[in-house]
Amino acid sequence: MARRIEIALKRGVRDARGERIKREIEHFLHLAVEEVRTIDVYTVDGELSENELVKAASEPFCDPVIQDWSIDRPVADGFDFLVEVGFRPGVTDNVGRTAREAIEYITGRPFAAGEGVYTSVQYLLKGELSRADVERIAKDLLCNTLIQRFAILDHAEFLAQGGVPVSAPKVTAETRSQVREIILNVSDDELMRISREGVLALTLDEMKIIQAHYRDPAVVAERRKVGLSDKPTDAELEALAQTWSEHCKHKIFSGNVEYFDENGNREEIRSLFKSYIQRTTATVRQQLGDSDYCLSVFKDNAGVIRFNDDWSLVFKVETHNSPSALDPYGGALTGIVGVNRDPFGTGMGARLIFNTDVFCFASPFYEKPLPSRLLHPRRIYEGVVEGVEHGGNKSGIPTVNGSLVFDDRFAGKPLVFCGTAGLMPATINGKPAHEKHINPGDLIVMTGGRIGKDGIHGATFSSEELTENSPVTAVQIGDPITQKRMTDFLIRARDKGLYNFITDNGAGGLSSSVGEMAKECGGCRMDLSKAPLKYPGLDPWEILISEAQERMSLAVPPAHIDEFLAMAKRFGVEATVLGEFTDTGIFQVMYGERTIAYLPISFLHEGLPPMEMRGVWEIKRHEEPTIEVLADQTGDLKRLLGSLNICSKEAVVRRYDHEVQGGSVVKPFTGVANDGPSDAAVVRPVLDSFEGVVVAHGICPRYSDIDTYHMTANAIDEGVRNYVAVGGSLDLVSGLDNFCWCDPVKSEKTPDGEYKMAQLVRSNKALYDYCVAYGIPLISGKDSMKNDFYDGAVKISIPPTLLFSVIGKIDDVRKAVTMDVKRPGDIVYLLGTTANELGGSEYFALRGFVGNQVPKVDAARALKRYRLLHRAMAAGLVASCHDLSDGGLAVALAEKAFAGGFGISAELGSVPWSGDVAGRNDTVLLFSESASRHLVTVRPEHRAAFEQLLGCDAARIGVVTEEDVLSIAGLSGAAVIRERIDELKQAWQSPLGEL
Amino acid sequence: MVKARAIVITGNGTNCEMEAAHACRLGGFDEVVIAHISDLLAGEIRLDDFQFLNLTGGFLDGDDLGSAKAQANRFRYAKVDELREHLIDQLMQFISAGKLILGVCNGFQLMVKMGLLPAFGGSYLTQSATLTFNDCGRFQDRWVYLKTDSASACVYTKGVEKGLYLPIRHGEGKFVVDSQTTLDAIEVNHLAAFKYSDSTYGAPTMEFPLNPNGSVNAIAGLCNETGRLMGMMPHPEAFVHRINHPRWTREELPEEGDGLILFKNASEFVRKNLL
Repeated sequence: MARRIEIALKRGVRDARGERIKREIEHFLHLAVEEVRTIDVYTVDGELSENELVKAASEPFCDPVIQDWSIDRPVADGFDFLVEVGFRPGVTDNVGRTAREAIEYITGRPFAAGEGVYTSVQYLLKGELSRADVERIAKDLLCNTLIQRFAILDHAEFLAQGGVPVSAPKVTAETRSQVREIILNVSDDELMRISREGVLALTLDEMKIIQAHYRDPAVVAERRKVGLSDKPTDAELEALAQTWSEHCKHKIFSGNVEYFDENGNREEIRSLFKSYIQRTTATVRQQLGDSDYCLSVFKDNAGVIRFNDDWSLVFKVETHNSPSALDPYGGALTGIVGVNRDPFGTGMGARLIFNTDVFCFASPFYEKPLPSRLLHPRRIYEGVVEGVEHGGNKSGIPTVNGSLVFDDRFAGKPLVFCGTAGLMPATINGKPAHEKHINPGDLIVMTGGRIGKDGIHGATFSSEELTENSPVTAVQIGDPITQKRMTDFLIRARDKGLYNFITDNGAGGLSSSVGEMAKECGGCRMDLSKAPLKYPGLDPWEILISEAQERMSLAVPPAHIDEFLAMAKRFGVEATVLGEFTDTGIFQVMYGERTIAYLPISFLHEGLPPMEMRGVWEIKRHEEPTIEVLADQTGDLKRLLGSLNICSKEAVVRRYDHEVQGGSVVKPFTGVANDGPSDAAVVRPVLDSFEGVVVAHGICPRYSDIDTYHMTANAIDEGVRNYVAVGGSLDLVSGLDNFCWCDPVKSEKTPDGEYKMAQLVRSNKALYDYCVAYGIPLISGKDSMKNDFYDGAVKISIPPTLLFSVIGKIDDVRKAVTMDVKRPGDIVYLLGTTANELGGSEYFALRGFVGNQVPKVDAARALKRYRLLHRAMAAGLVASCHDLSDGGLAVALAEKAFAGGFGISAELGSVPWSGDVAGRNDTVLLFSESASRHLVTVRPEHRAAFEQLLGCDAARIGVVTEEDVLSIAGLSGAAVIRERIDELKQAWQSPLGEL
Repeated sequence: MVKARAIVITGNGTNCEMEAAHACRLGGFDEVVIAHISDLLAGEIRLDDFQFLNLTGGFLDGDDLGSAKAQANRFRYAKVDELREHLIDQLMQFISAGKLILGVCNGFQLMVKMGLLPAFGGSYLTQSATLTFNDCGRFQDRWVYLKTDSASACVYTKGVEKGLYLPIRHGEGKFVVDSQTTLDAIEVNHLAAFKYSDSTYGAPTMEFPLNPNGSVNAIAGLCNETGRLMGMMPHPEAFVHRINHPRWTREELPEEGDGLILFKNASEFVRKNLL
């Protein structure tokens, strides 16, 4: 019989959680509440003595200074309505797991199978609320009904029934080992029904390829030998669907595209990935010659480059968009702990040194109606921010760099980019650590969490657009602590040489991880009946593809297995042998003695012919607004500083630990009051050395409305110029591309697919052109191609978005430069030219326009200047440096000034201009977003040396002043902007300061 | 020669072990061992072999039952393999041998919830204070000014003139006590070695963000009456070199960071009294 332990705060103790909920109810649902208090509930379902139960309640569950406990006696009091929110059966309950362990320490004996501890939270609401109001509070705020359930009681009901009835959300299902066969000798319509209803996301062509495979007499003969028929099993079809999913296979990037430019010139592209991304790296590596620093690119979970003789640097950026749309907290948490496993599962495994996060949302103040399935952007914002906070902070990995980007089209799908870098020894036990090999006979070992129904069909689901019926099981909840325990253990096992190969269990679960590993050595035989389950009731195919979190798959040589398993036990990590790797050429899956999947590796991995797609480019003309030239532009500057894309994100950033591990050098915020926005991060991963890692990024989806070629060029340039701004070296630098696109394949649902595909092609062309020009090899990346919402009536597609991340080295972190002006009298230089390029700018957005003059990047000139700037920094000539991006020169000057706590006096007349003089006016000079520009301040004594080095590339445009005012003289000589820096800072800090 | 030896305990969500070990080395310890809790529970590493114990920052067990609660429970009940000895007994021996314990952030939460602090008159294992959710309701990473109490017996703050500038990184850092008597005893005995203050280290403050969590009497760090056991929310190991400082690119700073003094004082105490 389950027992309920309630933990309530003592009278007079502040309930911070309750207060926050109260604020959110008022702010978000516009309902008035008098008070919200909270009670923690532990439902203990296990055989415990009364004494043991009292110990559990009073010791680990209760903090005696501020809390009281009770057993089977409801303590709620003084409320009008009570809402209790708990998890649905089978959903990961991290607190419940820890509570159970705590009880096991007390009793000295483990819980029996089927026993457990479940947590829930009671919210006691006081105020003039109707039951309908409370239902809304429960559904729209307290509870995500996908993963949680709730009960509502008013005070009278509560008294009448003596509190909330005890109920343990136990999964009650029987162990089955049901394997179905699927009949594929059916009509095309029927094939598509099988794909659709099974969430397989396979196209008709793909279904027919599978159909043909099972008609092959040679295949059928082989299958008969292992007791299988000529029909695929559910496990086989699921394994194929996972492996062939867009998410895992990147069919769009590996397919063939027939592309037409704006003049109708036809071009045939065989795989965008090979033609542009891989070719970029190959070309750059060739240019680098003997100084090539790439160690492992595109073949592992993350890219690896050389850091120094002793260490290699690993980096990966992932997206977790679809799950974050459904369950923002769980989706984002899983996103961050999931990407952690990528560098961790690269080569022989890397220690994780920092995270990066970029989120794209609709405005949190969005007020238009939304389709019913979509969560409000504010809710997504809150949930994602908190999920990544918990995932990163609890894992002990500093979050050092990121962005928040706003565009209302991200209401259709938010973008959640999570990146993680790692550091691995250059060699481990004498072998290069970035390489790994499996030998036939090595054992298949799974470590970490158990398998449940969570995350089934994650890979195939994210390969489709979000609909009314998106599956609930696709959502997982990460558990950073289980993962941390596992990684603590595996790093030790790595250094002892106990395994030969390690990889992440991510999308597609075991079918993908072991399937990929089997490709390495030529086969495997795995028994799913050995896999540890969270609860009974999973069919074998579910075990095979579950994306339950916190798992790694390894190849352990038989000679080391005993030591490996013993060490795992000591660290409290579950490790299970599931089978062995072979060289039979077959991906063979057993359930006990019975074969349930028997797929030739060649068919599994090479059986899919490339997709055929078409892209047709056309130049879309937007209305070109007349540019107003006001005598006083201070108001526009303040409005820009307060726009969502420019304003301070400090309230979010301070919630992320950016200093753990002790290597922080350039932090997210800098300047006299620690609140100026840094351009990039510098981290010292080895504490007794001054060599550092620099990480930066560029992202500018707004320019996609004009031309994705230039969007991409600008994203690359922004990433590089941020990187250069803090002191990153161009001699050891690399890039990662993350494409987030709306579906670019023409279909009934996507009639404009050919244009969207052309946008993708153009973006890839720019990626190649600019990375080669800058000498930046791409080392890894990811694409997410179905970022649309469609419910049959409303379609929302995100703007095509490329996140370009830049990672590299600074030889001596003591030479790093921050963006804040340092002292009065320092000279202000503008590097780079300004042109009439307001197209896609924040300034036009403020006025409701897009325009057409998108900024264009001159990479050759920019690169030359970036190198000179880096030399000036290495020589100690640069006091501060800030890149110009959203909002142009005026915004950059304001940020530099208020970050440093001094004024700046500058003249637009000294700003170098390029292009037609007719377009040159104060407004354009202030707000144009021309690329490749930096604002630099230099001490007067370094002026000669700096000017000699930079030559005509640096224009003296002003000086840092004691007077705390930003003053910008227009072309006429009169001030067009004049404002106190604290006023400017206030405008910049206020919009998101409270969120 | 006998060596000054420091141990840093890790595992189950501890995060700051590397920089804590680094700070111990810079502070003058001859040997620093990062020990996974499973090494202690297996009996392979014993606390007796060390003079300075670091309980450092992190998210033990994910803060799932409240910060450090599950680890306090583990310390209390877990047995060391084979020996049938409770880990807590090793810890109590360590304390009674006059050795040093520094708990930072999650380690401070652990010490308070185990009743190791303030533990008046050596009444260890009875909890009389706690650390709970910040008044602002959020995790915060920001730098704070910490005024030291020159009358405190604290071993670690010896020689600090006015105060230290260090980062805090926590969601549950608000110090509260069970009674006015406890608070009075803390003040009378000068146990609050660190208080959040203004930037001149002039006066303790309750004002956010200078006091980032709303701690009673602005208490940021606490020692016991012997001065050998110390817990604090700010991270001394996070500021051992000038480039850790958020404004190192604009201020003239000494090479050594403010936090290093705590580790130097610890090693000096060990050399004088425990070797």
